[in-house]
Amino acid sequence: MEDPYSVLGVQREASAEDIRKAYRKLAKQWHPDTNPDKPEAEERFKAISAAHALLSDDEQRGRFDRGEIDASGGERAPAGAGFWRDHAEAPGGARYRSYAAGNPSATAEGGFEEADLEAFLARAFGARQSGLRRGADIRATLRVSFLDAARGAVREVGLPDGRTVQLTIPAGVEDGTVLRLAGQGQQGATPGDLLAVVEVEPHRHFRRRGNDIHLDLPVTLQEAVLGAKVEVPTLTGNVTVTVPPRSEEGTRLRLRGRGIAGGHQVVTLRPILPDAEEPELEAFLRGWTPRHQGNPRAGMAER
Amino acid sequence: MITLEDACARHPGLAREEVALWIEQRWLRAEAAPGGSWVLTELDVARIGLLVELRMTLEVSDELMPLVLSLLDQLYDARRALRGLLAALEEQPPAVRAAVLAAAKRQG
Repeated sequence: MEDPYSVLGVQREASAEDIRKAYRKLAKQWHPDTNPDKPEAEERFKAISAAHALLSDDEQRGRFDRGEIDASGGERAPAGAGFWRDHAEAPGGARYRSYAAGNPSATAEGGFEEADLEAFLARAFGARQSGLRRGADIRATLRVSFLDAARGAVREVGLPDGRTVQLTIPAGVEDGTVLRLAGQGQQGATPGDLLAVVEVEPHRHFRRRGNDIHLDLPVTLQEAVLGAKVEVPTLTGNVTVTVPPRSEEGTRLRLRGRGIAGGHQVVTLRPILPDAEEPELEAFLRGWTPRHQGNPRAGMAER
Repeated sequence: MITLEDACARHPGLAREEVALWIEQRWLRAEAAPGGSWVLTELDVARIGLLVELRMTLEVSDELMPLVLSLLDQLYDARRALRGLLAALEEQPPAVRAAVLAAAKRQG
């Protein structure tokens, strides 16, 4: 793309009138319909028109002069998403609202954006008119054990002002969720809210993936080879699970409905060798010829 | 929807692990996808651009990042609120708009 100023043959500080005059003159000169035998006229005319379109628009011209767009009018921005400011001020940008400003779990687009504005206006007008402001929100962090978070619980929480409130932790609550108790914040024209940010402590054995609960289950060599019925802890207590014969390391068993809200529990078997010497086992293995003598490393040496 | 890998690929020298750390610290609020992965929107990709700018180009330290991000996010909260307010003002009769502007001038 050529520099639009040189296309029109004007100075960078040319007035709008100069630009219009230069365009008229060149457009007449290079109009394809007046130059039927000059094939280059069409290209020339297009370039002149484009240059004029850019420079006759004050906003576009300013942006070109500042280097924000190129001569084709295209954005001179890094490839991809563009600058943060272009996104942050759009309604969806509210997903990244600051923690200080309110509820960090309300990440759904729309919706609370309006509530936000209402609160803003209420604070600006409504509350002041009545001579009283809305009471401030009280923020608190609530550490919850893994099992309480998964199963739900009721907690008594002491507030800085000495009050105690009951908080119901819904079953399956996730780390970072904010529980809001309306009207339990500080007093005011209308009382503020209590906002409790849930922090879920990790569990020694259970891990959560979505609504599924994952658990590594050690089994003995005998249980893995011969199969067995073993006790497995779940969120709601032990259940008996059948380990099928010849279970390999990593075999997964799914306990339907034993996860969170219809999720499952996934048990991964981890066979372990005896942790002390077993002379009988070793003697047996020395004298043992497997019936199915496959090489488990077959094919690994090839490329 | 954009994968974490695609988003990282737009910034040469940006390691996936670094971005995973950003998600953990909630500097980047990506959504978990099934299978332990993450899905990003254009908004998140722009956020990565911002984090890259701050961390790499401007060399903001780990300790300062929460403060800087919190201030930036508060600034944009305020700007969004202001935009909403201006849009609401736009819909008012000219007399109301004039009165608000005059009052705002007095507040200086």
